[in-house]
Amino acid sequence: MVDFGYKIQADRQINLDITNKALANFVKKHENSFNTCIGCGTCTATCSTAKFTDFNFRRLQLFIRRGETANVKAEIAKCMLCGKCQLACPRGVNTRNVIMMIKKGLEAHV
Amino acid sequence: MNFAWFVLPFSLGLFLLFILVIFKISFWVRQLPLRDRLLLNRGIFSFKIFKVIKEVIMESLLHRRIFKINPVLGFMHMSFAFGWFMLILVGNMESRLYAGTELNLPYYAIFFKYFVHQPLTIPFAEGFTFIMDFFLVLVLSGLLIALSKRIYSRVVGMKRTTKLKPFDVFAMLSLWFIFPFRLLAESMAAGMYHTGGFLTQPLGNFFAGFLPLGPLSYAMWWAYSIALGVFFVSLPYSRYMHIPTEIVLIAFRHFGIRRTKEYDMFKDVEVFSCSRCGICIDKCQLNTMAQVNTIQSAYFIKSIRKKNQQEAVVQNCLVCGRCQEFCPVGIKTDDLRLSQRMIFENREIADFHYLPQDVPVKTDILYFAGCMTHLTPSIKKAMLNILNSSGISYRFMDEDGSICCGRPLMLSGNNKDALKLMQTNKDIIRSSEAHTLVTSCPICLRVFREDYNLNINVVHHTQFIESMIAEGKISLENSGAKISYHDPCELGRGLGIYDEPRNVLSQTGVLLKNSLERKSSLCCGGSIANNQNYNLNKDKISQQVVAHLSAKEPDMIATACPLCKKSLVKYADIRVADIAELVSEQMVSNKADASRAEKKFNVESVEA
Amino acid sequence: MAKKVVVIGGGIAGMESSAYLAEMGYDVTLLEKEDCLGGHLRNWERLFPTMRLGQEVLDFLKLGVDTKVNVIRNANITKVNRIEKRFQVELDRGASFNADALLITTGYDTFDATKKEEYGYGIYDNVITSAELEKMFMEGKNIITPTGKVPKKIGIIHCVGSRDEKVGNVYCSKVCCVTAVKQAIELKEKLPEVEIYCFYMDLRMYGMHFEALYKEAQEKHAINFIRGRLSEASENMDQTVMIKVEDTLAGKPLKLSVDLLVLMVGFVPSKGTKEIGKMMGLEFGTNGFYKTKDQHTMTNVSNIQGVFFAGSCTAPKTITNTITDARAAATTVASYLESYDLEIRTKAFFQ
Repeated sequence: MVDFGYKIQADRQINLDITNKALANFVKKHENSFNTCIGCGTCTATCSTAKFTDFNFRRLQLFIRRGETANVKAEIAKCMLCGKCQLACPRGVNTRNVIMMIKKGLEAHV
Repeated sequence: MNFAWFVLPFSLGLFLLFILVIFKISFWVRQLPLRDRLLLNRGIFSFKIFKVIKEVIMESLLHRRIFKINPVLGFMHMSFAFGWFMLILVGNMESRLYAGTELNLPYYAIFFKYFVHQPLTIPFAEGFTFIMDFFLVLVLSGLLIALSKRIYSRVVGMKRTTKLKPFDVFAMLSLWFIFPFRLLAESMAAGMYHTGGFLTQPLGNFFAGFLPLGPLSYAMWWAYSIALGVFFVSLPYSRYMHIPTEIVLIAFRHFGIRRTKEYDMFKDVEVFSCSRCGICIDKCQLNTMAQVNTIQSAYFIKSIRKKNQQEAVVQNCLVCGRCQEFCPVGIKTDDLRLSQRMIFENREIADFHYLPQDVPVKTDILYFAGCMTHLTPSIKKAMLNILNSSGISYRFMDEDGSICCGRPLMLSGNNKDALKLMQTNKDIIRSSEAHTLVTSCPICLRVFREDYNLNINVVHHTQFIESMIAEGKISLENSGAKISYHDPCELGRGLGIYDEPRNVLSQTGVLLKNSLERKSSLCCGGSIANNQNYNLNKDKISQQVVAHLSAKEPDMIATACPLCKKSLVKYADIRVADIAELVSEQMVSNKADASRAEKKFNVESVEA
Repeated sequence: MAKKVVVIGGGIAGMESSAYLAEMGYDVTLLEKEDCLGGHLRNWERLFPTMRLGQEVLDFLKLGVDTKVNVIRNANITKVNRIEKRFQVELDRGASFNADALLITTGYDTFDATKKEEYGYGIYDNVITSAELEKMFMEGKNIITPTGKVPKKIGIIHCVGSRDEKVGNVYCSKVCCVTAVKQAIELKEKLPEVEIYCFYMDLRMYGMHFEALYKEAQEKHAINFIRGRLSEASENMDQTVMIKVEDTLAGKPLKLSVDLLVLMVGFVPSKGTKEIGKMMGLEFGTNGFYKTKDQHTMTNVSNIQGVFFAGSCTAPKTITNTITDARAAATTVASYLESYDLEIRTKAFFQ
């Protein structure tokens, strides 16, 4: 590549004007409780997977809602689906179905 | 040779039925793996065939299991199946004796009364006539019940009966019309030729008084034959396919055909064996407590047969096993449900390489609390207290957090991913060289037992506690508290562990008897196997289950599953405790400690 | 003859509304199930956001009921009869009181923290509730943990039994956030060396001066506020309590050992609220508190004509709100008894 003396950096902001909400919309459509998260972090604190690796379900959900889906597939692969988060969530988010719908949404190439 | 044109619908129908059923059965057999086909061949020519015949008589004809569950419904099914079977059997004997030959075409026996115009000359002729009328009455009485069941299902003690689609109604009506037409045809024949029995003769005489019997009876024979023909042709496409299929199912079971987790031929045979009797519908708490009435096994199985399964229906089930427990055909509805989930969900996405692979310390006894038990620390604390004070050596396998047992993934249909988790846990358990694995969570227990092939003793903590009491390692003092026990689904119906929890509980307090317990026990609603409308359905169910468990005014509700405890505690006004907690408090050596725990529990919250 | 009003419940709302009704000239009987008046206020040493003594407010309320209100203590109500437009309240010892109007002020109880098992209350010794901490303040003793240690690290958990679908209470209890700040400051004043960590989902500093108190806690007392909700507590070998949260602002799971864990327990309808409600056929709302006839315009009116509500039996309320509500209820009752013209607006709802 020719070095022009400068390079174009990727935009580091979340740009809600252009962001891809397809996955978020897919999950929301199939699991209504997806949007009721208030980000308290109980799911991540209790998470069996987070005990062993840096899986963060709260952040993953939030990123999906913001259209930041680049890492979702690699991240969701870590979940053991044990359901502990579902038992802890104060908002009653149906987390297991959210996870299943994320997987399904990824498969549907949304 | 006796012949009339009206025998054609019947004969053609029967011929087609025969071809279609043979085709279907041979399809099932051909699809079986070789090993199972060999088992089938060997089975047919072994003593096992007698067991098959016995069960076919008991279940397919007499409907013993339905009788046990619901006598009126049992009578209805029995009268159709056994009554009709006897009509065919006795009719054939009668006609063959009369004709003196074995080579009658099938229609001859069926339309015997059309062809015979004088009183029978065979031995026991009157007896035959009586028996034929008797079984006709039996079938007609069943028909009457079926009719009233459709109008008002509570006649047979069912809150709901199956909902029917137009084709179902068509097939059902063709069946229903057979017997009234037969009655009319035979009565009219009796009216003309005095060949009737206690029912058909008086009816025939009555008709003879004011009806032109000749042409009318001919019309009735046509109607009778058409009803039969239509029924036979619609049978393979309707729920009545369960009649021949159940025989195949019974044979498969006795011959030891293997079941897999996938949707295999065994399950396909089960699907076609469902008579949609509807017993599962009233047993389903999603129906009775949450007004969800489209997902019950009868409908779910039909959707598999019609190949139009909806994922939302497949997933909307507690997999509590209540319907399975009461299915008169013995269809494994839970396995069927999970096999269908695999079709939708068995994707291989998970990557569990982050899990620790460390070699564990060797031990005799491993304690696995399970993920959920970490959210019920009183169970965990009680178990550790029991283990410590009994003086045995053990290791707490998931002290620093659990590696999930894999069953939650399996319950959602992700078997492939579940296997990866299972392998990790299996390696840890194996290399610990433990001879006993104790777990507090019935969900884990089930998968450890059924799918891990550990070849060691895998027990629930209630079983372990019972054995420790028997061995004198711990002793309990009875508090006299009145206890209402809730059977967890996976522990009770899932693994048949009903007695151990009760034996232990009756040593800690006074165990009350509830109207729905053991195999009839209710699901707490919190099953992670259901992820459709989770909160809504769970809350409706839990609330009613708590009311049921509180009906006899117990001092506390006891259970043996962290998930059940969580569901029940939300709505209970009284204490909800795991058996381990009660044991820990009532241990004699531990009495001082326990009284402290109790005091803390009863502490009146200081008002703010 | 003066019209009669029976007020059920001698807490803040019952006392203040009785005082006003008696002063208006009604024959007021105040029924209290315990042997003294004041309700929850008796267990509260200092009040947010002013830090003044609860006793001062209690004394003020007592002055109102001292002379003109007929106070019946240890009153255990067994039955409430309705005879046309009048009421008759029967007690277990045979006494009965007639009333032209009833005012229900049965209040709240604090959430039973054993229902939130994973937080360890009743399981681990060093887990206490905010009410128990307040009792320690009240008794003026040194602050020591239940296992007898001067705490060096204290964790305070917000929203215990509030905003939690898992225990069936989805509402905000309104007072816990600021109570946590208040108690944290008091702890810090008593034990200057102690480290305090408050774990919250949202800090709801909606009241006048609440925000200032929060800022004071940060600025003057160096109290740590961590945005993350406790998932589960466990006990270490030395009986300290290990807590697991996600520090959601840092985006990482966090664990911390504390010598004392204080649970900010929320409001639930009191036992008395439930019992009286069932006995009389009063309507309950979805959250289990009494349902008012209209959420905006008839906040003191029940579904039974002549029966009124005041205080936290209809929803969680601060002391300030409760006193205001009690006076509003007194006015509403008087308006009903005098058949003021504007009662037409209320009566429309009963037709």
